Amino acid sequence: MSDRLIQAAIVLLGVPAALVGYIALVEWFVQRLPDKQQPRVRPWLWIGPALALLAFFLVYPTLNTIYLSFLNAKSTNFVGLDNYAYALTTSDSLNAMRNNLLWLVFFTGVTVALGLLIAVLTDRVPYESVAKALIFLPMAISSVAAGVIWKFMYDYRPAGQPQTGTLNAIVGSVGVTPQPWLIQQPWNNGWLIFVGVWMMAGFAMVILSAGLKGISDEVLEAARVDGANEWNLFWSIKVPMLSSTIAVVATTIVIAALKTFDIVYVMTNGNYNTDVVARRMYTELFNTRNYGRASAIAVVLLVAIIPIMIINIRRFQEQEAIR
Amino acid sequence: MTTTTVKTAVQPAPTTGAGSARWVRLLRGAPLHVIIILICLVWITPTLGLLISSFRPANLVATTGWWEAFKTPIQFTLDNYRQVLDQSNMGQSFINSLFISIPSTVIPIMIAAFAAYAFAWMEFPGRQVLFVIVVGLLVVPLQMTLIPVLQIYTGLHLTGTLLAVWLAHAGYGLPFSVYLLRNFFGGLPRDMFESAYLDGATPFTAFFQLALPTSVPALASLAIFQFMWVWNDLLVALIYLGGAPSVAPMTLTIANLTNSLGQGWQLLTAAAFISMMLPLVVFFSMQRYFVRGILAGSVKG
Repeated sequence: MSDRLIQAAIVLLGVPAALVGYIALVEWFVQRLPDKQQPRVRPWLWIGPALALLAFFLVYPTLNTIYLSFLNAKSTNFVGLDNYAYALTTSDSLNAMRNNLLWLVFFTGVTVALGLLIAVLTDRVPYESVAKALIFLPMAISSVAAGVIWKFMYDYRPAGQPQTGTLNAIVGSVGVTPQPWLIQQPWNNGWLIFVGVWMMAGFAMVILSAGLKGISDEVLEAARVDGANEWNLFWSIKVPMLSSTIAVVATTIVIAALKTFDIVYVMTNGNYNTDVVARRMYTELFNTRNYGRASAIAVVLLVAIIPIMIINIRRFQEQEAIR
Repeated sequence: MTTTTVKTAVQPAPTTGAGSARWVRLLRGAPLHVIIILICLVWITPTLGLLISSFRPANLVATTGWWEAFKTPIQFTLDNYRQVLDQSNMGQSFINSLFISIPSTVIPIMIAAFAAYAFAWMEFPGRQVLFVIVVGLLVVPLQMTLIPVLQIYTGLHLTGTLLAVWLAHAGYGLPFSVYLLRNFFGGLPRDMFESAYLDGATPFTAFFQLALPTSVPALASLAIFQFMWVWNDLLVALIYLGGAPSVAPMTLTIANLTNSLGQGWQLLTAAAFISMMLPLVVFFSMQRYFVRGILAGSVKG
C-alpha cells in the first residue's frame, strides 16, 4: 500500500514539480550568462524537452519508415520504388484514396461548420453547459465502443422482421422500407463519415468555444451599440477573430481524416468499397506483414499533408506581421 | 434556416408592456432553442440506446430494439455491470488508468507550453522550419512508431514501466499540444508582454503570470482532450506495458474481459459506461474555465 502512496505522490506532485523545476533551473542558468548570449541560448532550452521527445517518438520512427519503404516485405532487399508503385496504382489503393478524399471534404467541412454553429449558439443560452456536455459525450467514448453503438444504429433486418437498428426503426415509422445502410454504395461512406462527425464535433466545439470566450465583451458590445445585429456580429467580428482557431481545428480534422482508421475498421473493415488508406496500412503491417508496403503507404500520408502545412506557414507569417 | 434563426433570435423585443414583451422575446428565441435541442437529441440518441441496452438481458438485446425496453413486461438487469465489476482487478486497473493518465496529460501540456511560448515569443534561427516539422509530425501514423520505439525501450529495460507509457503519450501528444498552444500564445497582444518587460518581468515570470493565465480556456480544452485520448487508449498501453494485470489500465482489462468471454459485446455496453464516467467528470470540472473575458481582465489590470 505504501508503494502506491509513494507512486501517487510522484504522479500528483513530483511530475509537475520536476517540470516547473526544469524551467526555473533553465532561467537560473540563463541569467548567469552574459547579456548578449541570453536570447541565443534561452529558446533552445525552452523547446529542448519537446524536441527530445519528438525526436525519439516521432522523427526517428518516421526516418526509419521512409527507409523501410524502399525495402521488400521482410526488409532484407532493396526494391526501389516498387512499394510506391503498389501503393499508388492498384485499384484497391485508388479506391481507398477516393474514400479518403470524401472523408477529407465532408468530415472536415461538416465537423468544423457544426462545431462552430454549436459553439456560437450555445454561447447564448442559459443551459450552455448541459448542451455542450451532450455534444461532448461521444468524445468520452472509446472508438471501439462507438463502433458498437453505431452498428446498432445502422443495424438492418429484411423488411417484415422487427428492426433492431434505430435508424431503420425511424424510417420504418414513416413507412420507408428498411435499408442496409452500410452496404449501399456510395452512401455507406456518408454513414461512416457521420459517425466520425458525431465523435469529433465535440472536439471542434470545445476548441472553438475556448476561442470564442477569448473575444472580449467590450468588442461585441461596442459593435452592438453601433447597430450591428447578431448576423453581422457573427460574420464580421466572431469569424475573423476566430479565423486562426478555425484554421487550427480544420487542420487537425483534416489530419484526422487522412488517418481515419478506427471507425472503418470496426464497422465495415473496409468492405463494400469503404476502405481507407490507414486501414490498408494496418492490414499490410499486422496481417500480411509487408513492412515495405505499409511504410510506403505511411509515407504517402506524410506527403499528402504538405499542402496543408504550406497554408499554415503562410497563416503564421501573417499572424506575426500584424501583431 | 439557421441563418434566419440567428438573426431573429436576438433582435431586441419591442416594448409593448412587460408581460407580452417577454412572450415576444421568448418566441423570437424559440428557433435558436429548437436548433440546439434538435442537435442535442441527435447526438444523445446513440448513447442513450447504449445506456438502455446495458441494463437489458443479452437475449433481448439481440432480438428487439432498445426503445422496446419500456414495453411490458419490463425486464431490466444489472448482470452486465455485475459481470464487468466482478473482474478481480477492475479497481486496480481504475487506479492504474489514473496513474497513467494524469502524468501523461501533465507532461506533454507543460513541455508543449514551454516550447509553444518559445515558438511564439522568442527569436531564434530555424524557428519556422522547426515549428512546421513539429506540426507535420501530427500525421505520422502511430502504428508505424511502435516497433522502432519498442526496440529501444527493450534495450533500456523500460518496457512495462509507467515511465515508458508517460513518455510515449507525451511524445505522441506533443505535436497537437504545441500547435494549439503556439496558436493561442501567438494571438496574445504584444503590448501585454512589452509593458510587462518594462516593469522588469523575466521570460519566466511573463510565461507563468501572463501567458499561462490568459490561455486558461485553451489549456483546459487541451487537458480535456489529452486526458481523454490517454484514458481511452488501448494500443500504446498494450504495446509498451505488456499484459501484466498489475499495471494494466481499464481499457486493457475490459478488452481482455470481452475477449475471454467470447460473446462479450453486451458487457462492452456496461464497460463503456463505467469507463466513460471519469472523462465526463473531468469535462464538467473543466467547464468552469471556459469563461469569457479572461484575456480582457489581464490587459486592463
